[in-house]
Amino acid sequence: MDFELNDDQAALAAGVRSFCEGRLPIDVVRALEPAGGVDRGLWRELADLGVFSLRLPEADGGVGLGWAESVLVAEELGRALTPGPLLWSQLLGGLVDGVADGSVLVAGVERDDPSGLVEYGGLVDHLAVLDDDGVRVVGAADVGLEPQPLPLDPLTPVWRRTAPLPEGDQVAGPDEVATLRRGGAVLVAAFLLGIAEVATADAVAYSLERTQFDRPIGSFQSLKHLMADMVIRTELARAAVYAAGVTLDDPSVGDVERAVAGAKLLAADAAIGNTKSSVQVHGGMGYTWEIDAHLQLKRAYALEPTFGTRPELAERLAGLVGQL
Amino acid sequence: MDLRYTPQEEAFRADLRDWLANVLPDLPPQPSADDWPARRAYDTGWQRTLFEGGYAGVNWPTEYGGRGATLTEQLIYLEETTLAGAPYIGVNFVGMLHAGPTIMAEASEGQKAAHLPAILRGDEVWCQGFSEPSAGSDLAALGCKAVLDGDEYVITGQKTWTSFAQVADWCELLIRTDPAASKHRGITWVMFPMDTPGVEIRPLRTVVGTSEFSEVFFDEARVAVSNRVGLENDGWRVAMVTFGFERGTGFVSDLVETGKMLQELAELAKHVTRGSATAWDDVSVRRDIGQMQAEMDALWALTKRNLAQADRNGVPGAGGSLVKVCYSELLQRLTEVAMELLGRAGLSRTDVGDLPSGAFVEERLRSLSFSIAAGTSQIQRNIIAERILGLPKEKPWTSS
Repeated sequence: MDFELNDDQAALAAGVRSFCEGRLPIDVVRALEPAGGVDRGLWRELADLGVFSLRLPEADGGVGLGWAESVLVAEELGRALTPGPLLWSQLLGGLVDGVADGSVLVAGVERDDPSGLVEYGGLVDHLAVLDDDGVRVVGAADVGLEPQPLPLDPLTPVWRRTAPLPEGDQVAGPDEVATLRRGGAVLVAAFLLGIAEVATADAVAYSLERTQFDRPIGSFQSLKHLMADMVIRTELARAAVYAAGVTLDDPSVGDVERAVAGAKLLAADAAIGNTKSSVQVHGGMGYTWEIDAHLQLKRAYALEPTFGTRPELAERLAGLVGQL
Repeated sequence: MDLRYTPQEEAFRADLRDWLANVLPDLPPQPSADDWPARRAYDTGWQRTLFEGGYAGVNWPTEYGGRGATLTEQLIYLEETTLAGAPYIGVNFVGMLHAGPTIMAEASEGQKAAHLPAILRGDEVWCQGFSEPSAGSDLAALGCKAVLDGDEYVITGQKTWTSFAQVADWCELLIRTDPAASKHRGITWVMFPMDTPGVEIRPLRTVVGTSEFSEVFFDEARVAVSNRVGLENDGWRVAMVTFGFERGTGFVSDLVETGKMLQELAELAKHVTRGSATAWDDVSVRRDIGQMQAEMDALWALTKRNLAQADRNGVPGAGGSLVKVCYSELLQRLTEVAMELLGRAGLSRTDVGDLPSGAFVEERLRSLSFSIAAGTSQIQRNIIAERILGLPKEKPWTSS
């Protein structure tokens, strides 16, 4: 047993981080707001990096890695607050033509989602519709979609389905959809973990720079403890998310359902808890549009309901534990 | 990232399980909580059993008679012994996990030979004389005075929170040998025989009613300079040398116990009736349990990460502080949820009828100490903020 990144995994994470630092500094991300967060050029670059073909076999032009590595990549993309329908391109590369090479954009929905909301719905080529029978793909233009004028996260625009969904083409069956939902939950969790990290880093940097009462505010114990709790939430989430990735790759090391639900639950706790704390550490500045904390918080809020809200996941976990 | 156990690790687990299944049925009955001579006999008897079975000091190097097990084997050892309900390390705690390792690292060959084999066999019990009434979280402020007189130190002062003092043979004692030096200098580490004249032990009664620790008073008690470990006035460093001896395994037993208790809480919820339903039918109760299960699983995974990092770096990171803060607060929450289920049955520390309530009521009290002992949760958060995040220490206080 050795639950630490191996050299290849560390190099992969470092490579994606370096790409994000060069290509996606926060001002570039912010500049994508008028375009609804979608940049097809960026999508090609992410595809070239292997983000959408990471788990595809090398024989099929993929990178041939597993969920553990996908988690590390999603975490780095989360740190950068990468906008766009990332999750679905990560999940559907290999299942939907053109996704793996970044030429086609897909958004995804659960068929029975009562909100009817579709993130990035009006900006993508296809819509993936999930239900227990599998995944069907429909042309986005064939779905009646109305933009919601004021999305919670300015970089996650939402459309609302106004008509019944067309039949579409089946690309995955019942077993595969279960795997995609579990994998999707872990990818969202990893992205949330990245948000929890960047929120902590920003709060710490601000607390060292901002002085009041002749000292950096980061020297006050009340704020130090607030930030220590950010570390605690992050490291708990990291352990859970990495374990879930490893367990998806090798179910013999644990209980997949339990690992996935716990990872998503704790990553949401970390992302939302940490971004709220970051707003607090930033004080009045934290309530402004200018400081990044609100973008991190809004993205965390926007991702939290995907593949299970926290109360749903907690209940699911209790069900699994109660059977033991 | 690999969570699979190797065939060697699985073999270690299987052998240990067999051995435990063999020896545990022959354990004597557990002594009552405040019968300290009987507790000493029980705990040292178990240590002797471990010694004879080759499991004493799994984490001690082989050159000192230990098993020299890998960190993963240590994890397995703690997991399996706890799951099997084997006795806790008890009065052997200080000798096996702190004084012994300090002696290994810093003492002379003669001192090692005099104590290490005896500790390992359960023949020698140690206590720790570190904290004082005015030196708790700020341990380096300790003032227990020692004056050199020929080849002896003459010690006058007081220690407190000294676990097992009433049954210990030896004390790892921190004394102030140079009052003029700055706080971390001027401290010396000595091996102090507890039967020395001039020592008075006054047990402290805790919240749970028993006396796990004592105040220890020294009135011109004499100890030979030859009992000093390390140099005079270098005792702070000596005491800190073994700070990381457990390398991330320190809370494994506690985590396993807490995991068991969470499972028992789920059982309790199904047992407690509310009209025609049970507490388990209440979704808020299930969510509480699910949330705690997620955190427990993550703490177990985090422990494995801490071990992997300790294995690479030789020393543990601040990961231990994270585990300690989380598990102690989680256990306190767990017992509060249990009390919400038990209602008035929580008035009794023993089971009420056929309701398995006593253990939860007891743990609700006992767990209060976990966020205080061995570094309060507040000190742990300072450590996390300063060592992991690099935040500054608070300015020294000056009276206005």
